[in-house]
Amino acid sequence: MRLRLVPQETNIDFFKYARLTFGGSVVAMVLSIGIWLAMGLNFGIDFLGGTTIRTQSAVAVDVGLYRDALAPLALGDVSITQVFDPTFGPEQNVAMIRIQAQEGAEAVTPAIIAAVEAALIAVVPDISFPSVESVGPKVSGELIQTAIIAVLASLAAILVYIWLRFEWQFSVGAVAALIHDVILTIGIFSLLQIRFDLATIAALLTIIGYSINDTVVIFDRLRENLIKYKSRPLQDVMNLSANETLSRTLMTSGTTLIALLALLILGGDVIRGFVFAIFWGVIVGTYSSIYVAKNVVLMIGVKRDWSKPDQQSGTQFSNIDA
Amino acid sequence: MLQIPLWNRLMIVTVVLAGLAFAMPNLFYERVERHNDAVAEIEQTGAVTDALAAERALWPDMLPATLVNLGLDLRGGAHLLAEVQLADVYEARMDGLWPEVRDVLRDARDQVGTIRRQDAPVGELHVRISQPEGIAAAVAAVRTLATPVVSLTGVGAPTLEVRGENDLVIVTLSEAERQATDDRTMQQSVEIVRRRVDEAGTREPTIQRQGADRILIQVPGIGSAQELKDLIGTTARLTFHPVVGRTSDGTASVDARQILLPAMDEEGVFYILEQSPVVTGDDLVDSQPAFDQQSGQPAVTFRFNPAGARDFGNYTAANVGAPFAIVLDEEVISAPVIRQAITGGSGQITGNFTVEESTELAVLLRAGALPAEMVFLEERTIGPELGADSIAAGEIAALVAFAAVLVFMVLSYGLFGAFAAIALLLNVGLIFGVLSVIGATLTLPGIAGIVLTIGMAVDANVLVFERIREEWRTAKGPARAIELGYSRALSAIIDANLTTFIIAVILFALGSGPVRGFSITLGIGIITSVFTAIYVTRLLIVTWFDRRRPKTIEV
Repeated sequence: MRLRLVPQETNIDFFKYARLTFGGSVVAMVLSIGIWLAMGLNFGIDFLGGTTIRTQSAVAVDVGLYRDALAPLALGDVSITQVFDPTFGPEQNVAMIRIQAQEGAEAVTPAIIAAVEAALIAVVPDISFPSVESVGPKVSGELIQTAIIAVLASLAAILVYIWLRFEWQFSVGAVAALIHDVILTIGIFSLLQIRFDLATIAALLTIIGYSINDTVVIFDRLRENLIKYKSRPLQDVMNLSANETLSRTLMTSGTTLIALLALLILGGDVIRGFVFAIFWGVIVGTYSSIYVAKNVVLMIGVKRDWSKPDQQSGTQFSNIDA
Repeated sequence: MLQIPLWNRLMIVTVVLAGLAFAMPNLFYERVERHNDAVAEIEQTGAVTDALAAERALWPDMLPATLVNLGLDLRGGAHLLAEVQLADVYEARMDGLWPEVRDVLRDARDQVGTIRRQDAPVGELHVRISQPEGIAAAVAAVRTLATPVVSLTGVGAPTLEVRGENDLVIVTLSEAERQATDDRTMQQSVEIVRRRVDEAGTREPTIQRQGADRILIQVPGIGSAQELKDLIGTTARLTFHPVVGRTSDGTASVDARQILLPAMDEEGVFYILEQSPVVTGDDLVDSQPAFDQQSGQPAVTFRFNPAGARDFGNYTAANVGAPFAIVLDEEVISAPVIRQAITGGSGQITGNFTVEESTELAVLLRAGALPAEMVFLEERTIGPELGADSIAAGEIAALVAFAAVLVFMVLSYGLFGAFAAIALLLNVGLIFGVLSVIGATLTLPGIAGIVLTIGMAVDANVLVFERIREEWRTAKGPARAIELGYSRALSAIIDANLTTFIIAVILFALGSGPVRGFSITLGIGIITSVFTAIYVTRLLIVTWFDRRRPKTIEV
């Protein structure tokens, strides 16, 4: 008895509820942007500057106590959050303290870190500081810039690649799906106020990479079928291609999600935000490959005469043999 | 039909075995690391002590001993991003230039009148002359001080830019000279930082120049970023002081304007020195290890710039027979006796040096003081326990992920799924093998990259298997279906993985630290997963097919 995520032969009309699915995506994107503008992102020190101190102690974390201990230092905005994780032992009580970048300080101020540590040791004698990280405002500004460039460069590179390998309509569809994924991910980070830092940007790029992977597989089949069925309506050929690759799409997403789930639960709190972003992105990316990318291509249309396939596109790898 | 040439099979097996061989030492990480450390130490010192030999014996010499470097977030340690204040050097250069400018303008006194240095913005030297009509002559006179810049790009351009404004002579470094100076300053700073970190003997520090004015310093195993900053020492200065006396009392009281400093080599020996130095390391232009011509003993030669040479010459001429102290980092390196006046701007230090010591001292003198102040823009300390926790969590997650994917694949594709799972296991081995061989650094997001690869690596297999299923329905016979499945899925595999690979390259180019670590494992994972999917599983399937010759296949 084999496990089948989808029946052997599927004949789903992916465009039947196109208004609902595509419209839903558009609404979700608008909502995401709205949430983003309204609630903002919980930027980490990579982008805001400042200091984070991770504390650990055998005594249960008392956020109020910590806050009172730090109050006399007048550090401005200090956030203290307790961290829970299934991998922690009973003696592991962990908190994250974030201190904003201090006014007028170009660089990191070690005196403040030392003062904070001393104040905490005074109230919790066995406290230790497994990690202390400081980023000056000068660097954080540049990191934001680099992050934006990285995301845009990735989108541009994919736009060009798909254009070269397929047709420009495909690359527009693919990039539309990617923008959809990125915006929805930013939206969920804003909604849940998960810390948004450099690792999140890396996750965004990974999502882009993963989602395009899915999209390209469907496009690849679509191109093949467009050559095979010259006169069938584009929508039918798209449905056929999506149905033929559906089993693969869900299998790959399934294995990836299983692996990520293990990491999400067992991988520790340090990378949980990073893993969550990718986990979410795989779900959104799979959806957008099926319901967004093709719809965009269908809307702008694509050439139907593939009788003289470009020597440049499509066939150049087919003579590679193992 | 389903043929793989023998040489092709051999190549596949060789690559897999080599990858696994290089990955294998990582299973015995601590053992191999101690072995490697011992080998490195034996190589460096040349002496094989029993303890070292025992450490070395922990791992057989004939086996590969390649290890994946662990990033700071996994091993614990400190990370600093320092910005070198390049403008400091311009200022020092202008201060150093002033006496020369003064001298040439004095020689032209009848044309320019009296001169006076004015306050000026950083990096500029302003001199006011009392006869504005002589400004052209003044500018021309100062210009004679400019020499051609020596650099790779700007040979021939003058070092100084001199212009006149009414009665003001304004001197700045030329653009070419600034660039050359910046470059020298950065090289010197990196060299000094490296020297200091190396002296602490920590394992595999990373000291890199980043951009125009930054240095990235990562030192695994160090307790905190503060400790690292102490080590690098932002205040290091070389100075030459007159010696007042020598004592063994570390608490001896000294007069005002005198200081008590310990000797670097001799324990319990202190020197009482005049507080104000005769010359400082800023005035040194060169220092080399040498041998004393008379006694043949190791010595160190040094050379001052003109300003330093004049000060040093005057002082030594007046104090022949007296000792003077060479002080670095508040410690007296040596206190040689002045044998004769040193007027040429160069001299020689002799003492109880070995050849190594004289070489080291020369390096200290050359690169003793940081040429410019460093400001720390970013500092991170990660404790070793946190890193160990992360590794443990990552290992468990990876094992669970692998087991789950294996079950899922076998349930879905039966025997073929098992082949894919074997390929997946080999794939993870290959990733570690490649990481070890290229000496890449594994970070926490890197582990996430490997787990992600476990999930995604089966993708290429899934593509092939799904295609075989499809072809099986229409094709004639199982062999044909398998063959068509592989060849027709190839285009999708290549396209899908190339796009992801592009992302990995962009991440690598723009990321740093942990993010870069992630991009490396992601990129390597893509290459190895494509390799295992289209070569290794194919080899497994074809071998199985050749033996069994099944009439039907169930994918």
